[in-house]
Formats: sequence, structure tokens, C-alpha cells
Amino acid sequence: MRFTRARTIAALLIAAGFVSDLAASEIRQAERRSGFSFMTPDTKAIQNDDTSNPGMLWVLDGEALWKNNANVTGKSCADCHNEASASMKGVAARYPAFDQALGRPVDLEQRINLCRVRHQQATPLPYESRDLLALTAYVAKQSRGVVIEAGGDPQLQPFVAKGHDLFMHRQGQLNLGCANCHDDNWDKHLAGSAITQGHPTGYPLYRLEWQSLGSLQRRMRNCMIGARAAAYDYGAPELVELELYLMSRARGMPIETPAVRP
Amino acid sequence: MPSALINVPAKAKRGEIIEIKTLMSHIMETGYRRTATGEIIPRDIVTSFSCRYNGVEIFRMDLFPAIAANPFISFFIVAAESGKFEFDWIGDRGFSETASAFITVE
Repeated sequence: MRFTRARTIAALLIAAGFVSDLAASEIRQAERRSGFSFMTPDTKAIQNDDTSNPGMLWVLDGEALWKNNANVTGKSCADCHNEASASMKGVAARYPAFDQALGRPVDLEQRINLCRVRHQQATPLPYESRDLLALTAYVAKQSRGVVIEAGGDPQLQPFVAKGHDLFMHRQGQLNLGCANCHDDNWDKHLAGSAITQGHPTGYPLYRLEWQSLGSLQRRMRNCMIGARAAAYDYGAPELVELELYLMSRARGMPIETPAVRP
Repeated sequence: MPSALINVPAKAKRGEIIEIKTLMSHIMETGYRRTATGEIIPRDIVTSFSCRYNGVEIFRMDLFPAIAANPFISFFIVAAESGKFEFDWIGDRGFSETASAFITVE
């Protein structure tokens, strides 16, 4: 008797959408907020002034690397792409993008490394190395203010869907999916820190906690380790698909690179 | 690739109080951390910063291991005359960087 009643109540709760798993819903367009809006005025001030934003140190290094032709071919990035301010404007807003030769999406770091290997006969730069972060930051900074439009390519649809599945999928000893925090609880705090909606508008970005610039993959791996899950390796297709989903989820928001976050 | 970002107003009125902001690219390794195998990572910090205004030292500070990477230093001065600001950073392992900026005082 009791058991039946409990089952009826459970069924009613499910029907009413009270069970959090089923309530997981996407953030409405009008409610979307950049991580910037969750920060204190002091941290916002660091990002807003290019002479106090430490991310600009990597942008400066990236500018030097853009013009560096010390490789077998003697060609620098600038020799093919000319002025980055014109040729790279809006590029970061479209990445990850589909690579025909590989048949899968690649992110901006991977695109830079593919360009190095295919056109400069140079070795790929290691993930999170200063040079790769600097070049990525320099390229992405050219898109500052440009609205994100990643994931529109029809060839990307299956990969966006895979990224979405990973976003919803519970993992790790804490059994948390990305959506449990960043869709359902973004207006709350975790150990005093704002949870935020997880829109990747400013990568690579300077985290005060890292005391360095870091990529979106580093950030996602941090989150996975936080949920006590085994993090995917840098460059893993799963991470790129998740990047792609996050960027398509942030479509319409402006790029802030290099952003500053606590 | 050490690099610095300097923010000095290009123009100021005589007697005006202006803010000078500097940001130096540096890892500021404390010397207290250890590697996974237990060896100490040697200290590598900026130890001293100074600013000269037309050759006269107007600001100096010592830096210590508790200061975060990429030290941001800002201070205020009275704009007395047109001229040149010279900045010097000195640190461990022979670290030595300079930068300069100009101001027109009317």
C-alpha cells in the first residue's frame, strides 16, 4: 500500500519536472551571461585595461612569433596571412572548425599546429606551451568583440551532438555532468566561487589562480578532475567536441580574448 | 621572451597627479615549491624595481617570493616637466630588463 503511494508521488514529481535530472534545461537566450559578469569590479578592471591585463603579455609574444620565419621554409605566419588584424579577424569566433583532410573538427591550437606542420614544415608546439598559447592568444585577440558563430557548418552537426552528450553525461566519483552545474546551478556558488554558465568567450585566458594564460582544454580538464573523473588527454577528440558544443552554445556572445578570470 | 607593458599618460598639465602602471612578464617562482620527485624548484623572482624621471630616481621597491607572477606595479607622481621615464627590473639568475616612456607636460 505504502509502496504504491510512494510510487504515485514519484510519478507525479517526475510529471511535474521536479526531479533535477529531467529538469536539466538549456539557459534561455536572454539569461546568458559571460563569466566576466560574475567577477568582482577589481578583476573586471584588470581585464578592461590592456596595460594591466597580463594576457596581453602573451599577445605581445604571439605578435613576435607571427612574424618569425625561423623554420625550414623561411615562411612566417605573416608571409601567407599578412596583417593578422585583417586576416584573423573573426577566425576565433568560428572555431573549432571542420578540417577536410582529418574529417573532424579542430580547435584553434590544433589549426595553428596543422599550419606549422603542413606549411612551415615545423614541429607542432606542445599543448599549453608558452609559444602555442601566445600564438593562439594573438590570433584570437583579433576577434575581440566579434560575435561567436561556431558550429554552424552542417558537417559539424554530429560532433556538436557528441559534445552535447558529453556535456550532459555524468562522470567521475562525484557523478556530475557539466550541465549539473553550468545549466542548472549557474546562479549559485561552489565553495564561495561563482559557478558561472561556462561560456568560453575569452580563451585562451589569464586565470589569477593559474598565474598564467591557459586554454579551454586546460579549464575543462580542471573541471573533470574536480568531479574526480579521469580527464581526457590534451588534444583528445572528446575535448574538441566539448569545446565545439560549448562554443555553439555561446553563439551570439562576443569574444573577449585575452580574458581574465579568478 | 620577457616583455613589459607600460602605461604613462602621453600628456599632462604641470602639477597634475598622474598614475604610472607597469606590468612585467615574469614567473616569480617562490623557491618553496618542490617537483614531484621532491627536489626544490630554485627561486627565480624579480627582486628590485625602480623608476627614474629625467635621470632622477623617483620610485623604488623590493620584491619578495609572496608576490604573484607577472608583477603589476602602479604608483602616482606629480607631473613636473616633460621628459623620459626609465624603468628597471632586476632579479634572480641575472634577470635585468628595462623599458622607457615619454611624457609631455604643458
